Amino acid sequence: MLPKFWRKIRFRYGLIGSYCENCGNYYYPPRNLCPRCRRKGKVKEVQFSGYGRVLSWSVVHDAVENFWISKPYVVALIELDEGARIIAPLDCNPREIEEGMRVRAVFRKFGEDGEEGIIHYGTKFVPIG
Amino acid sequence: MRVAVIGVGCSKFGELWEMGFRDIMISAGVEALEDANLEGKEIEAIYVGNMSAGRYVGQEHIASLIADYSGLADLHIPCVRVEAGDASGGVALRQAYMAVASGMHDVVIAAGAEKVTDVPNAVEILSSCADVEWEVFNGANLPALYAMIARMHMRRYGTKEEDLAMVSVKNHKNATLNPKAMFRREIDLETALNSPYVAEPLRLFDCSPICDGASVVILASEDVARKYTDTPIYIEACTQASDYLALQSRRDITTMDSVVQASRKAYKIAGIDPKDVDVVEVHDSFTIAEIIAYEDLGFVEKGRGAELVREGVTMLDGEIPVNPSGGLKAFGHAVGATGIRQAVEIVLQLRGDAGKRQVDAEMGLSLNVGGTGGTAVVTVFSR
Ligand SMILES: [Zn+2]
Repeated sequence: MLPKFWRKIRFRYGLIGSYCENCGNYYYPPRNLCPRCRRKGKVKEVQFSGYGRVLSWSVVHDAVENFWISKPYVVALIELDEGARIIAPLDCNPREIEEGMRVRAVFRKFGEDGEEGIIHYGTKFVPIG
Repeated sequence: MRVAVIGVGCSKFGELWEMGFRDIMISAGVEALEDANLEGKEIEAIYVGNMSAGRYVGQEHIASLIADYSGLADLHIPCVRVEAGDASGGVALRQAYMAVASGMHDVVIAAGAEKVTDVPNAVEILSSCADVEWEVFNGANLPALYAMIARMHMRRYGTKEEDLAMVSVKNHKNATLNPKAMFRREIDLETALNSPYVAEPLRLFDCSPICDGASVVILASEDVARKYTDTPIYIEACTQASDYLALQSRRDITTMDSVVQASRKAYKIAGIDPKDVDVVEVHDSFTIAEIIAYEDLGFVEKGRGAELVREGVTMLDGEIPVNPSGGLKAFGHAVGATGIRQAVEIVLQLRGDAGKRQVDAEMGLSLNVGGTGGTAVVTVFSR
């Protein structure tokens, strides 16, 4: 696995992002600078609750990235309850998805790297209830 | 300093198996020099848009390579490679425009080139226009990102899969009139709507084909332009704007703020309104992108973009013909070449040299977008 993925592993696995104490906005993925406050911002690390709702989604049939095992899969734009948005896989029957559907984050296997046999993990979302 | 286009050139777009990166680039360059009636030594600088020669053909430092194989090495002029994803060509055009507008140079080349068919993972490389770590790694390649844009636009504004298909049908039809287009065959609505899903709700015929190609425009200051051509086409404005790289950070994924900002600024500089534009080339990397471009460029209010294609307004014989060339969808998307290729089409249309796809136009506009809107370049041209 590439070092750039190891480096971010804590943020991927634990859904850790940023919170700006100056303006109260949440960010995912984490940022070093608040785009609203810039130099005046006070950015702190924050653990998201992992709860949110689906804003948009796609059922992907033709993915070229080689570490995705099964197709089709669902990927969604999710608004976390704190306000930040995240693009992540959504583990559910595509026909059951509705706009606004409540979801929560889970730690799951993403797939295997074909060439190196390395297993990738990350945060997926599942429907609540 | 007012800037004029004095010559244009374009290679064939498509899977050019028999041609390497150098051959493609040079074929477009030679055509542009002939069109501008230049010998070559008049060129003072070259700006070339290229997204990823390093990954596509394993060659970096292509600025020097291009000066060299253009036969200009002995002139020792500056040659600059510009990268902005699939807006590389548009950004190169703007760099060249600024070089002339500033008075620094009198005659410069703006080029774009990409050779993608030597590698098996061309689409994956193109997806690195998106945020590789936080979009692509999480399963959202470019088609999936545009699919999420499309779904939200459809749910919020009532845009239908049929509307997307109509964009594809229109652009394919236009391409049949363009000898250099990659796909020169008409398709019907049924074919588009029955093609397999790539990323729902986008189907195969909603996605532009990534391909090989190169394009060149030669710019000159107004003072010298008339020495070379009787039909200079003027650049009235060339603006660029950026946005958050990833969709998840955007204010609203159904609007490209970069396009809104760049176009509003361009209209202001050119002293025109959207309704003054007669012919347009937009970045239809996916069909939904063309519909959103209608809105973000101000041709119609937000949410009503689909009406323009439903009512035929953007067809070749409509009120505002969009993508008369065939667009990225049917002319082909040669990544870093596309922004220049769009400029070539607008220049041909304004000069009256567009052959069977000629429309009646005095003012033209091109929109080149990088990724899902992280970069946008808008250029306004006039006769
Ligand atoms: Zn802040």
